[in-house]
Amino acid sequence: MSMQSPARIAFSPRRVFAIVLRHWYLLSSSWPRVLDLIYWPAVQMLMWGFLQQYVSQNSGFFANAAGTFIGAVMLWDILFRGQLGFSISFLEEMYARNLGNLMMSPLRPAEFVTALMIQSVIRLSIGMVPVSLLAIAFFDFNLWGLGLALAVFFMNLLLTSWAIGILVAGILLRHGLGAENMAWSFMFLFLPLTCVYYPVDVLPSWLQVFAWMLPPTYVFEGMRALLIDHVFRADLMVQAFALNAVLFAGGVIGFLLFLKSARREGTLLQGGD
Amino acid sequence: MLAPATEFPIAVDRLVKLYKTVTAVEGISFSIEAGSCVGLLGGNGAGKTTTISTIMGLVEPTSGKVTVLGAAMPRQRHRVLHRINFESPYVNMPMRLTVRQNMNVFGMLYGCQDVAGRMRALADELDLHEFLDRQTGKLSSGQKTRVALAKSLINQPEILLLDEPTASLDPDTADWVRGRLERYRRERGATVLLASHNMSEVERLCDRVIMLKSGRIEDDDTPARLIARYGRSNLEEVFLDIARGTGEAREAAR
Repeated sequence: MSMQSPARIAFSPRRVFAIVLRHWYLLSSSWPRVLDLIYWPAVQMLMWGFLQQYVSQNSGFFANAAGTFIGAVMLWDILFRGQLGFSISFLEEMYARNLGNLMMSPLRPAEFVTALMIQSVIRLSIGMVPVSLLAIAFFDFNLWGLGLALAVFFMNLLLTSWAIGILVAGILLRHGLGAENMAWSFMFLFLPLTCVYYPVDVLPSWLQVFAWMLPPTYVFEGMRALLIDHVFRADLMVQAFALNAVLFAGGVIGFLLFLKSARREGTLLQGGD
Repeated sequence: MLAPATEFPIAVDRLVKLYKTVTAVEGISFSIEAGSCVGLLGGNGAGKTTTISTIMGLVEPTSGKVTVLGAAMPRQRHRVLHRINFESPYVNMPMRLTVRQNMNVFGMLYGCQDVAGRMRALADELDLHEFLDRQTGKLSSGQKTRVALAKSLINQPEILLLDEPTASLDPDTADWVRGRLERYRRERGATVLLASHNMSEVERLCDRVIMLKSGRIEDDDTPARLIARYGRSNLEEVFLDIARGTGEAREAAR
């Protein structure tokens, strides 16, 4: 049998593809999993959309700020679902007791993480594309109409979601399924702090310092500037990218430290609580 | 650079593993010759899984050295992991995936160039054809074991690590699995390290047995010599002597 020489391959796209394929097989064999990807984003978008309609009928400001709530909830979903897509794909390996198989295979941590990042985009697309079309149908809000700005927002939010997803994966490796709740709740700390639905000015001044340390804050401020003032704030996006680079590096370092600790404590085979 | 080449595919040198205050393995040393099958025996908590996990690169030694195919584990594991494989009750194949899908994924992970060809060969060898397109979770225990065995042979490993390979199987299926393992080792010249509680299995498959107790090697010899030395009629009785601490007295009395 002919074999590649994986020993010489520091990063193998084929191994990355193998993991993406494994998760694609899983998704395509389970309609409840697919439905779950669409269900909550759709419910959230509809709820905030109707709220915005109601508020804008009674407030001149909100009438002029059309789409800020729906835009905010959809961008929040990119951030939250991006991280969840990463973390759930990782958790699926733990639920299936397959993590040991992967850890003892030639798969490298960088390949595993890359595959999970691709998987998070796939899961996000399955959820967000239908919801964005629903937003057009129900509220005449076209997320795609944001054009280049949407691409920049998307990349920034995705980078943050991956950084958190990578860090949470490290915690799960080290502490097993006992830390599962982190995967579901970690990002909610970002909800009040990154000012998804209100401007940063609303926060007490001491809290604003922390808010400006988080890349999504710049994205949500940028979104409001675009929808309300019709200005694309490139300066905010540059700062968001810079902070994301730091956050992503921190996530990767955290993951590697947790992985090393898991190898020291012998928790890689267990995966339980 | 790989660690200095050793004639032994597996070499464990003064391995110590502490988990906080618990000593799982306490300074054990052994090496395994190429093409041999060695049994690692011991009661629960004897240190078998820790030893095997360290050899696989899943656990970092507190001190001592583990070398596999010349690579120091776990630091240099990526140089040799494609030449090793394992089967363990601690892991499962993804249950929702069909057997064919699982084989496809693991074939790619282990660097098989002709995954379909390798899958066909394994399906012939291990009689998998009838359930290749069924979900792995819907198979019987015996069928799942055959699939796990197929996964462990997908890369034609030079070293095969087996942790309880026939646990929960009926005697007929267990015998069938042992036959396949013997054949693979004979044909491929693979080195096999087997942890098992099934003494007749160890007697049949292993050229040599390492007895562990409380993280230390209590004895190390061929099954026949151990049985003779302890004055017993089978390996199970030797195991009980060692586990209960009566072996030493018995040997001394002789």
